[in-house]
Amino acid sequence: MPNPSHRPRRTSLLPAPSRRIALAGGVTLALTALGRAALSQPRAAQAAPLVAVAASLSQLFAELAAAFAARSGGQQLRPSFGATGNFARQIAQGAPFELLLAADEESVLALHARGVFADPGLVFALGRLALFAPHGAPFAPDAMLADLGRALAVGAITRFAIANPAHAPYGRAAQQALVARGLWEAIGPRLVFGESVSAAAQFALSGNAQGALLPQSLVLAPRMAAGGRAALLDAALHAPLRHRMALARNASDAAREFYVFLQGAEAGAILARHGLSRPDLSRPAAD
Amino acid sequence: MDWAALRLSLLLGIVTVVVLMPLGAWLGRLFAYRRFRGRALAEALVALPLVLPPTVLGFYLLVAFAPDTLPGRIFQAVAGRTLAFSFEGLVLASAIANLPFAVQPAQNGFAAVPRALREAAACAGLSPWRAFWRVELPLAWPGLLTGAILTFAHTLGEFGVVLMVGGSIPGDTRTLAISIYDRVQALDEAAAGLMAAVLLVVALAALVLTTLLARRREGARDE
Repeated sequence: MPNPSHRPRRTSLLPAPSRRIALAGGVTLALTALGRAALSQPRAAQAAPLVAVAASLSQLFAELAAAFAARSGGQQLRPSFGATGNFARQIAQGAPFELLLAADEESVLALHARGVFADPGLVFALGRLALFAPHGAPFAPDAMLADLGRALAVGAITRFAIANPAHAPYGRAAQQALVARGLWEAIGPRLVFGESVSAAAQFALSGNAQGALLPQSLVLAPRMAAGGRAALLDAALHAPLRHRMALARNASDAAREFYVFLQGAEAGAILARHGLSRPDLSRPAAD
Repeated sequence: MDWAALRLSLLLGIVTVVVLMPLGAWLGRLFAYRRFRGRALAEALVALPLVLPPTVLGFYLLVAFAPDTLPGRIFQAVAGRTLAFSFEGLVLASAIANLPFAVQPAQNGFAAVPRALREAAACAGLSPWRAFWRVELPLAWPGLLTGAILTFAHTLGEFGVVLMVGGSIPGDTRTLAISIYDRVQALDEAAAGLMAAVLLVVALAALVLTTLLARRREGARDE
């Protein structure tokens, strides 16, 4: 009598998971197609130019966009927020951003040197750093990092967040400030690097890091103000963060209008409310 | 080339496998042999990391690791550090992210053990524990091994979760995938290219190994 247990079994090891993965893939594809069909975008959004915005400006951009829409008869924008270095990388590879609002000058000028932009653009805002201490932090924020230095010396700081200095301008400025106050060596083992200033802010806001050096424009946001205290850093501690913007060669009229709007008094007032000052815009753009 | 990052990634992969495989084997066996209320939900929960973006997991973990939460407080009391931005935090995160990669092949491995053999083992008076070691494991091991290799390979490629809870600390949480990202953003293409190639070779080797193991098993069964 044949033993049923010796029958070749059809249940095999790999085909089952691969079937599952294939099924999941198929379902995903079908859903993607459905989503594309369903998301027939409204006309205004289709004509909305893509704007790459440094993460340090993420909290105030909505205000700029709203003021611009009110000015231009409802012209919308599609902002994308991230680290300046990341955008520089993407734009160099042909990302379809029509306008770049960077947190530094170097990225924009380097892209211009590669022929990405028609002109080197101009500096539209000057940024400052702030020291942020979430509720319960073992130090009080001050302009010269004095109490942070004290807390560090007594070993009260376990984790301190800055944006990654390798590619984020505000991370570089944070490094400059910590070096200027002689804290860089001591804080080194305590540092955690956010992929952008927003990530660094999230590290501190969630309480995982006990403090952070962040753009003043970010710590003034209601969500941050509710989550802790902040102090504007002494301007002498780091080089000013010169936010430069530039238009892509193929920028649409809407993007060009926004570029002009950002140089106006209304935009300047919004920037000022969020802790960003104005350079002298009448000076010709440096090459 | 960021050797510290490669070492860290390999270590993270190994530790994740060691930590996760006992749980993966237990869950896989449970799903393969037991009928219980809520099994469909349990299987769905285990499969969830396949579907969710790593940022969702990363965000939840970042919130859960905060020092004012229970897991955060326990870890801080024991280790004196935060769970976020630590190697232990990465191990926990990648163990969760890799659950389906460990459990599903293990489940298939156990499911492939003929029922009659398990019943025969029980009739022969083997305790469930001895039956597990003497009968089930020798037949299900390729599934477990596949799970271990997939877990290891997938941990090497883990990015989103680590980006959100790691903090890119050299030697601690800056894994190879994160280091590549950092180098690309800093426009250091030579370093990024070399590291990407290393990761590619390691991942390919792991998958070839998995395929060969599976084929060996198929061949053994057809005899």
